[in-house]
Amino acid sequence: METIMACLVGLLFTIGTYLVLSRQMLRIIFGLSIISHAVNLLILTSGGLKTGSAPLLDEKMAGFTDPLPQALILTAIVINFAVTALLLVLSYRSYQIFKTDDMERLRGNPDE
Amino acid sequence: MNSLHMLIFIPFVFAMAIPLLYKLFHPKIHLGWFVLLIPLVIFLHLFRYIPLVAKGDHLTTSLAWLPSVEMNLDFYIDGLALLFGLLISGIGVLVIIYSIFYLSKHREELHKFYMYLMMFMGAMLGLVFSDNIFILYGFWELTSISSFLLIAFWYERKSSRDGAMKSLLITVFGGLCMFAGMIMLTLITDTYSIREMILNVEFVQAHKLFIPVIICILLGAFTKSAQFPFSIWLPGAMEAPTPVSAYLHSATMVKAGIYLVARFTPVFGGSSVWFWLVSGIGIITLLYGSITAVRQTDLKALLAYSTISQLGLIMSLLGIGSLTFYFGPSEHGVTYSMAIFAAIFHLFNHSMFKGSLFMVVGIIDHETGTRDIRRLGGLMQLMPVSFTVALIGGFSMAGLPPFNGFLSKEMFFKAVNDVRVAEIFHLETLGMLFPLLAWIASIFTFVYSMILVFKTFSGKYRQEKLNRDVHEAPFGMLIPSVILAFFVVVIFFFPNVFSKYLLKPAFVAILPMFTIDKVDIKISAWHGWNTELLMTIGVVIMGSLLFITVKRWVPLLKQYPQWLTLNNLFEKSLEKVERYSLTITNRYMTGSIRHYFIYIFSFFVIVLAGSLLLLHGIQFDVSEDNVICIYDMGLVLGVMIAALTVLFTSNRMTAIVALSVVGYLVTMFFVIFRAPDLALTQMVVETVTTVLFLLCFYHLPKLQKNIGRIKFKLTNLIVSVATGLTITILALSSNSHKLFEPISYFFENAYELAGAKNIVNAILVDFRGFDTMLEISVLCIAGLGVYTLARFRMKGSDHNEAE
Repeated sequence: METIMACLVGLLFTIGTYLVLSRQMLRIIFGLSIISHAVNLLILTSGGLKTGSAPLLDEKMAGFTDPLPQALILTAIVINFAVTALLLVLSYRSYQIFKTDDMERLRGNPDE
Repeated sequence: MNSLHMLIFIPFVFAMAIPLLYKLFHPKIHLGWFVLLIPLVIFLHLFRYIPLVAKGDHLTTSLAWLPSVEMNLDFYIDGLALLFGLLISGIGVLVIIYSIFYLSKHREELHKFYMYLMMFMGAMLGLVFSDNIFILYGFWELTSISSFLLIAFWYERKSSRDGAMKSLLITVFGGLCMFAGMIMLTLITDTYSIREMILNVEFVQAHKLFIPVIICILLGAFTKSAQFPFSIWLPGAMEAPTPVSAYLHSATMVKAGIYLVARFTPVFGGSSVWFWLVSGIGIITLLYGSITAVRQTDLKALLAYSTISQLGLIMSLLGIGSLTFYFGPSEHGVTYSMAIFAAIFHLFNHSMFKGSLFMVVGIIDHETGTRDIRRLGGLMQLMPVSFTVALIGGFSMAGLPPFNGFLSKEMFFKAVNDVRVAEIFHLETLGMLFPLLAWIASIFTFVYSMILVFKTFSGKYRQEKLNRDVHEAPFGMLIPSVILAFFVVVIFFFPNVFSKYLLKPAFVAILPMFTIDKVDIKISAWHGWNTELLMTIGVVIMGSLLFITVKRWVPLLKQYPQWLTLNNLFEKSLEKVERYSLTITNRYMTGSIRHYFIYIFSFFVIVLAGSLLLLHGIQFDVSEDNVICIYDMGLVLGVMIAALTVLFTSNRMTAIVALSVVGYLVTMFFVIFRAPDLALTQMVVETVTTVLFLLCFYHLPKLQKNIGRIKFKLTNLIVSVATGLTITILALSSNSHKLFEPISYFFENAYELAGAKNIVNAILVDFRGFDTMLEISVLCIAGLGVYTLARFRMKGSDHNEAE
């Protein structure tokens, strides 16, 4: 399972990176979103998969999965949400002002 | 905290009070009167240490600052530090009196001026009293910065800004080199204290880094003391107001390099590299400065080059004096130690006569409106007091009796004559150069001194070339220069008093092998008809001849091509560097976000994959893998298809929906991987994100539904596949390595420690509560950003939108 997950994470990263390198702002946001999903899965995989029950002390089970990656991912999800929301609104505004979402046309002033 | 620490911090503390005083008393009272108190107090306080230091003692004091890294404010007073301290505060008093009359309280931004000046004074005092080498370095750079600010005081002039920039570039370059040298030195000696370094001399001299250390430290000293070829910044620094030139750029700051060389002479002295670098560069600077000074037409530029030349003189004396460490306290050693004494003496004298000369030049500038020699002349009758001061200062600089310059100049001649008999470091052949170059330089020194005095004060008064009526300067401007001129004469007649209380203690501070009561140095004006006196007479005869014929040969000097001057070379290379670096920067800073992402990802791949390869970290171990059931496979396939749809679709809506499919499938992964909290959070977040995406594009009706097919680019493909591969390899390798036991067992006590049965929640809100708090802060900031961007219109952007 871990091997499969590693390959899936790699594939998601490839797709995400390819999207990030494109010209449209929307695609860049899509790419970042996919990369963040991939990162979450990567962290989860590195903690070991399906090694026990959910990390709740109530269930009288022998072992449970590593709770630490889960705590990290929980933080990451929330932060990703914040970043995505900000990027979306940013792209929305910049489209309103500059009338384009093509990053190549949004290059800075050469004199800057 | 004792009085010595107080002394150093008073100027800084007072600098902070200056804006307040300015608010309260401007423009009723000139700010200088308040500032005057500070150097006066420091001077009087330092005076109290004279009896102690004259006995050969020194005083140490320490204030803990960062004891864990041995960075403490260790200050100490010995003869050398005290001499500098008195010069800094004493000349500071005079310069501030002078500045009160020089700078108009109505026109100038006095609060800034005095703040910078106080900052400089504190930094300079800190520099000479510091024992900790890095504290010294800190103060060293602070003097460079305050010098920069003071040179650029009239910042509306381009020449001021250029001069300030040049001085900063050169002195800070040297300072950084010196810093490197100091780091090496602390590595060798394993201490930050200069005095302890002196005790560990044998380690330093035997170490393989010895020569790099010398070169680095000397770069610092030479740039600061304007030695050839770094001297070019000093003439540019003359754009500063004259009080600053008199104070920083002749009496104190430029002597910091001299101080450093003197301070480190016990560490490096006795080696041939040190000797040749210090004395060689010194004597070249002496010659270069004196010849260049002659062809100047601006009085301040003339003084700047003369300062360069005199600093070279002192530097060369320190170099010759370092031979003392080769010979030890033998007869030979004592001979060469006199060079050190001469260096200290000349440094002291130079501060006096050069200070007075700068003040006179400032007076001339102030009263006539020009410093150009070609427009001046015949001021003797109009400004008799200034003329007298200039005469005293100028003759002292030329090395004539009865002024103090004569005494130290004679000692200088004696020192360069003694070099020939050293018979080490190839001096038996090359040693002849020293007296020869010194003599030639002294002739030119004589000539420019005479030019300074007589071209301005004698000859015909040319009213038509000046824009105003000329009269003597106000009393307050004359007083400081008269005091300095007075000392120039007094020192000639009573040199041994100064020697006993100031110069000898400084002498033994540099040469610890001598004790103060054993040092028998008598300064006298008359030694009989010896070589030195004959050299001086030769200088006067040759110099007078050259001065009379100056009009005939100075044009020859001016033939020297302008493009070959050091200044021009510096400026041209600076221009080139700027242009090339701009070209190079523009080549990769294209403004295209795609390029930047490519750099980031490539760097990531190279570093990560590279280190994995180099450290043989790649491993595959599938033995510990868990079983795969059909349900898992379905999910994996689903994520793949959804992600590929996002990639290939040309419809905006499809892409958004496919992206949320990826998100929801990841939620399913969390469910099967026993992470209920993650699943819940992801579900909520994914829903909100999807709504946001849709909202955003619902409100942009002009945006077409179709975003077009993603364009194929080979570079993008390579970069992204490489990134994906690296991640996969990393994930697989990290699964196969178990270097440490997991730390998660700690959290099994969640119930006992935090009273929570949900371990993930306990980690978030209890064990790592601060992380969560900061996470919430990020969320808040992002929320504010979203709100601001969505709600408010920037000024001007409305205009754009309307178009």
